[in-house]
Amino acid sequence: MKKIQKLTGGVMMGATGLSVVIIIAVIVIMLIVIIIGGKDTLSWKFLTSFPQDGMTKGGIFPALYGTALMVIIMSVAAVPFGAITALYLTEYARESSWIAKTVQFAVRTLSMVPSIIFGLFGLGFFIKFVGGGMDKIFSGGKLIWAQPNILWASLTMALLTLPVVIVSVEESIKAVPRDLRDASLALGATKWQTIRKVVLPGARSGILTGTILAISRGAGEVAPILFTGAAYYLATLPHSLSDQFMSLGYHIYIMSTQSVNVDQTLPIQFATTLVLLLLTFTLNFVAVLIRSRLRRAH
Amino acid sequence: MKEIKIKTRDLSLYYGSKMALNSISMDIPQKQVTALIGPSGCGKSTFLRTLNRMNDLIPGVRITGEVLVDNFNIYDKNVDAVNLRKKVGMVFQKSNPFAKSIFENVAYGPKINGIHDHKKLKEIVERSLHRAAIWEEVKDRLHDSALGLSGGQQQRLCIARTLAVDPEIILMDEPASALDPISTSKIEELIFKLKENYTIIIVTHNMQQAARVSDNTGFFYIGELIEFGKTKKIFTAPDKKQTEDYITGRFG
Amino acid sequence: MRPSEFFAEKIITGVAFLSIAIIILIFLFVFRETLPIFSGKAVKKTEVTSVKQETSGAAATYQNENKQEVYGGSEPEVQAAKQEVYGATSNSEDTLVSGEAGVSSYKEDESGEGNRVTVKGLAGKVWMPVSDNPRYGLLPLIVGTFKITIIAILFAAPLAILAALFSAAFAPRWMREFIKPAIEILAGFPSVVIGFFALIVMATFFQHLFGYETRLNAFVGGVAMALAAIPIIFTVTEDVMTAVPSTYKEASLALGASKWQTAFFVTLPAAAPGIFAAVLLGIGRIFGETMIVLMATGNAALISMNPFDSVRTLSATIGAEMAEVVFGDTHYSVLFLIGTLLFVFTFALNATAEFYVKGRLMTRLQGKT
Repeated sequence: MKKIQKLTGGVMMGATGLSVVIIIAVIVIMLIVIIIGGKDTLSWKFLTSFPQDGMTKGGIFPALYGTALMVIIMSVAAVPFGAITALYLTEYARESSWIAKTVQFAVRTLSMVPSIIFGLFGLGFFIKFVGGGMDKIFSGGKLIWAQPNILWASLTMALLTLPVVIVSVEESIKAVPRDLRDASLALGATKWQTIRKVVLPGARSGILTGTILAISRGAGEVAPILFTGAAYYLATLPHSLSDQFMSLGYHIYIMSTQSVNVDQTLPIQFATTLVLLLLTFTLNFVAVLIRSRLRRAH
Repeated sequence: MKEIKIKTRDLSLYYGSKMALNSISMDIPQKQVTALIGPSGCGKSTFLRTLNRMNDLIPGVRITGEVLVDNFNIYDKNVDAVNLRKKVGMVFQKSNPFAKSIFENVAYGPKINGIHDHKKLKEIVERSLHRAAIWEEVKDRLHDSALGLSGGQQQRLCIARTLAVDPEIILMDEPASALDPISTSKIEELIFKLKENYTIIIVTHNMQQAARVSDNTGFFYIGELIEFGKTKKIFTAPDKKQTEDYITGRFG
Repeated sequence: MRPSEFFAEKIITGVAFLSIAIIILIFLFVFRETLPIFSGKAVKKTEVTSVKQETSGAAATYQNENKQEVYGGSEPEVQAAKQEVYGATSNSEDTLVSGEAGVSSYKEDESGEGNRVTVKGLAGKVWMPVSDNPRYGLLPLIVGTFKITIIAILFAAPLAILAALFSAAFAPRWMREFIKPAIEILAGFPSVVIGFFALIVMATFFQHLFGYETRLNAFVGGVAMALAAIPIIFTVTEDVMTAVPSTYKEASLALGASKWQTAFFVTLPAAAPGIFAAVLLGIGRIFGETMIVLMATGNAALISMNPFDSVRTLSATIGAEMAEVVFGDTHYSVLFLIGTLLFVFTFALNATAEFYVKGRLMTRLQGKT
């Protein structure tokens, strides 16, 4: 009996351990393949020059620029909004009130809406409704805002990353110990003064982490910008909010599925993927670092 | 004859439907130390927190009766609890300095009150640290983090912080229970000095401390004030049997 | 002082409420654009939609091996095969798609007759919205979605759960500290990168391995999708297993059970509702994923049981066709309908998962059942 048990135990550990090995192996393989495929094309020149010759030569600067710009606009929209909502949830709402529960529920729902749905919303609401309204009011019906552009794409992305910011800020606000708030109030500070002077300074790292994670997510997602503003080839960089933009993720997608000459663009595809991967990793890594420093401080 | 600083009249407190304080009536004299003793969970801390309306922060709390500070009911509709707390300060069981420098901790209160003149702030901080008997130990590192101090030092810092707001009454909720004997005796010394200028009410589960430090003592049991009187009397010849049983250690 | 206090509170509360408003708005607007279907007002239009600043390079025919994808129906309809273009609608003679500098217009010649879509029409077996006789049968899309989901879960769930079991029950602490972040890395891969990897590497690899005809199919897409689902199933399962009170494990070990017996017979059953929820969350992720499908599955709206045939899922359909559709058109409305369906379904899925975790699991672990 003992022998069979030991054997089964061994098999179990083996099977579960094997699963871990398989998963990690796949991750490593993916990384290696992408690195090998892209490292030769990756260079400073690649990052700073424009595409040439129908995308078979040159660099991806406009895609980097577009991604960066989009992410900045997205953060400006999402971070204050998310931080304030997190503040509400932790400081102003009573846990059991229906208001708090509804907001919590809304945030959770937001976090699991498929990314393509955000794109649809961007189209139906931002582009058609808001954009259409703006055109009617400001330009007498001329088609300026009721089109895909970087503004709508960024706002759409902001909705997608909002839960990330909220969760991160919430976590860091909760990490500020309760007795510090009591101390402040006992000294005759008002609630808002306590929040401003004791709670928010403590939440700084959470806001930072949340922003970085949101940026990482925003840079990598493609579905929401498929039809709200991304384009494959633009002659110029976006000048205004009503311009379209190029983005790393969208670039990879179109280039790998619709290139006229796949073999010629393949190195660039790999290199662009590598760039996106490195970008995402670095951002996530930095965010995790900050978060673990926050944890250690308490 | 000492003036009465705080009067409570039939003060009762409910958490929802549960009664935590039952009709407490007490006269607390000015510029003396009043100790509140009793077994844990019997309402001493809850009572203390009614005196600066910190219980307002707990949802579902209901208060009946009156608390009169300088003959004014602090639960009156027109009273601003925020201002009240500038007059009635509190030191907590576990020291809770802000994650700021020593200087910023003490300056916090005055800054809240609109004092931003740096010279004045320096004055206030120095004075408060002196009064809290910690100036000598920190004068050279005012801008270091407060979290680098030892437990006893942090607690005295918290006292300094409270003093900086210039209260008239100081509430202390088991201020030395988390400290070692040496720090404890330092705090007790401090309390003795402070009573020259402030009315002090201290909650403690350490009877010897109460006997050492206070002028008056109130004995609480299951939300009721069983007996209140001069410390000497309570500890040598109490009126109620319950008090005597507690003092002599028969329960608690 | 008090007025600023008051305003601060009101503003903060107001902003928080916006999050509720957003959810409602999303649902409203997505649903709003599907309404024309039901009122029968949708008609094929011939207007210009958006002026895209795109220049060529995109949407041209993609000549390559195995690029003949079948559009709608089953195998025998290969005759009507149109050349599939990834990420855009087909490039038949009838329609002009972007590829021209400046205007991207969608001209449908003639007959915009009775394009009213009935519920029966939606249940049709053919999805061919771009043709003389547009058909909006959702069945191939639904079948495609299910195929991908099943294949993906078949790979992802066992791998992730077993790996989580290893990490939570067998691995020494130092290993756990290494495994968790490693799998987090997988979570950090943007889905377009996974899709790229699947398209370029995995597809070729599997084709050589199995020797089937269509290079991009449900299998490749499913395996790639599994990669996307594994992190979330792993994380939730691992959390749930470590949340099982150590008293359970200690009691079992004290009775003389071995580590694996404890893990298998005590921890796993105790965590079961949570594991179920984890799998549901994984399914939810798979359902809504668009990029991987767009890049790796071949995008053909087929109904077939063969895992090595191309498929098209609901989300991919939106992604592929939305850019080229006319505003207010029937096709447009149907795509939004698909979006509504997706939304509702993932919503239900997540609600169930949460219910399981909050309800069953918690009461189990706290001994209330």
